[in-house]
Amino acid sequence: MIPDLGKYTDTVLTSYAASIVLLAALIVFSVLRGRKVRAEMEKVEQRMTRNG
Amino acid sequence: MIALLLRDLKLAFRAGGGFGLGLAFFLIVTVMVPFAVGPQSSLLATIAAGVLWLGALLACLLSLDRLLALDWEDGSLDLLATAPLPLEAVVTVKALAHWLTTGLPLVLVAPILGVLLNLPAPGFFWLVISLLVGTPALSVIGTFGAALTVGLKRGGLLLSLLVLPLYVPTLIFGAEVARRGALGMETQTPLLMLAGITAATIALLPFASAAVLRINLR
Amino acid sequence: MSIAAKANALWEYANPRKFLATSERVLPFFWITSMFCIALGLVWGFFFTPDDYKQGSTVKIIYLHVPAALMAINCWLMMLVTSLIWLVRRHHVSALAARAAAPIGIVMTLIALVTGAIWGQPMWGTWWAWDPRLTSFLILFLFYLGYVALWEAIEDPDTAADLTSVLCLVGSVFAILSRYAVNFWNQGLHQGASVLRAGAVTGTDTEEKVSNIFFYPLLVCIIGFVLLFVALVLYRTGTEIRARRIKALLARERVGG
Repeated sequence: MIPDLGKYTDTVLTSYAASIVLLAALIVFSVLRGRKVRAEMEKVEQRMTRNG
Repeated sequence: MIALLLRDLKLAFRAGGGFGLGLAFFLIVTVMVPFAVGPQSSLLATIAAGVLWLGALLACLLSLDRLLALDWEDGSLDLLATAPLPLEAVVTVKALAHWLTTGLPLVLVAPILGVLLNLPAPGFFWLVISLLVGTPALSVIGTFGAALTVGLKRGGLLLSLLVLPLYVPTLIFGAEVARRGALGMETQTPLLMLAGITAATIALLPFASAAVLRINLR
Repeated sequence: MSIAAKANALWEYANPRKFLATSERVLPFFWITSMFCIALGLVWGFFFTPDDYKQGSTVKIIYLHVPAALMAINCWLMMLVTSLIWLVRRHHVSALAARAAAPIGIVMTLIALVTGAIWGQPMWGTWWAWDPRLTSFLILFLFYLGYVALWEAIEDPDTAADLTSVLCLVGSVFAILSRYAVNFWNQGLHQGASVLRAGAVTGTDTEEKVSNIFFYPLLVCIIGFVLLFVALVLYRTGTEIRARRIKALLARERVGG
């Protein structure tokens, strides 16, 4: 499946892996924090409306 | 303005003002270098110019967090901000005082430390010249960093992180002048660039420092 | 609509509520297209382009290295623009967008550095060389770190926005200065910018051109990275706006109760 990369197989694969891991980590952390903050805001807003 | 300068100088010279600390640090760093890289005099001679520049830069950095912090704590910075003197002038005077108490002594002791590191004979003149031209820029840039972090409780480490990248161009050209001078090469281009950086930072950066200080005093 | 009216309409997005509503609407588009473009470009580049006669298969790294490097610089430019907008017009969204963008810039710089190091190992025989381009990127990385650290260190959000904006302006000047200083200091191994130079693409300079067969998948990757950047900035800015709102609500609660 993987094309023949010759003697540079490790080089190419590590750089792809490293980049994709970094990008994925960035996206995952962004989304996790986004979800957390959004949930917290809704909680606080609800409390505010309940208490007037 | 002159009164402010005199006051700052007096405070620095008084016990506990930290004067001399930078010099001692510079000395220690220089003494540690041969322990780290080995005592071969040829090796030391090649790296002497760069090491002395780096040592001077770090010694400068060390005294930055006291530059505005003391005045901030006792409230005299608030007084200075409401004084008729523009804040731009205040930060310029502060930078000048810092240079007179830290930069200038470093320039004067650098040749002595150059002997310790086997700096080649033609290098001494250029080392002093490059430090003389370059250290004012270090003080002015440092004042900007100190103004940025003045309100923070533990600003010291952050200050280094912010200021060191800003020191890069000055360090490159300054050390280049000293290195080329030590090798007997022409030094005009880097020296002009170094002088340009110093002139530009002195002319422009006080406005940024004053703006930042106003934000912090708000 | 006249240009002035259009410009005015643009400023409406400075309203946090409007910004949130609009970004919510357009975000799925950006997520999907960016993922599609990156996947397409990488698969195309990885599986369906030949090896370079000189660099062998390592040329495939270009599809990550160049887009990441481009975004690393453009991200700083975007922070510079939004910082200016904040300083001049005091739109909170603008300051928060700069804050949201900085970590993306860090990751992009890191990708460019890491792929560069891995690529440099077989090509130049070393992981790292103090080459002007590499060194400039390292300095850019330090600038990003300082910027983020300053945001984190200051409690009051408006003060933090002001101070980081000024730092961004001053830092930009010094970053450019460093670039020239570093150029002067060492002539390097890295080839010149060969992708987005007209001559390189049309093939008028044969020496360092990136031939078309590599260029099209690369272009797709660059577009993908740009879209991903936009998506991330919109999303993260939304997060920052909400975090800010929580802070404001809690402060009001303390005062009221």
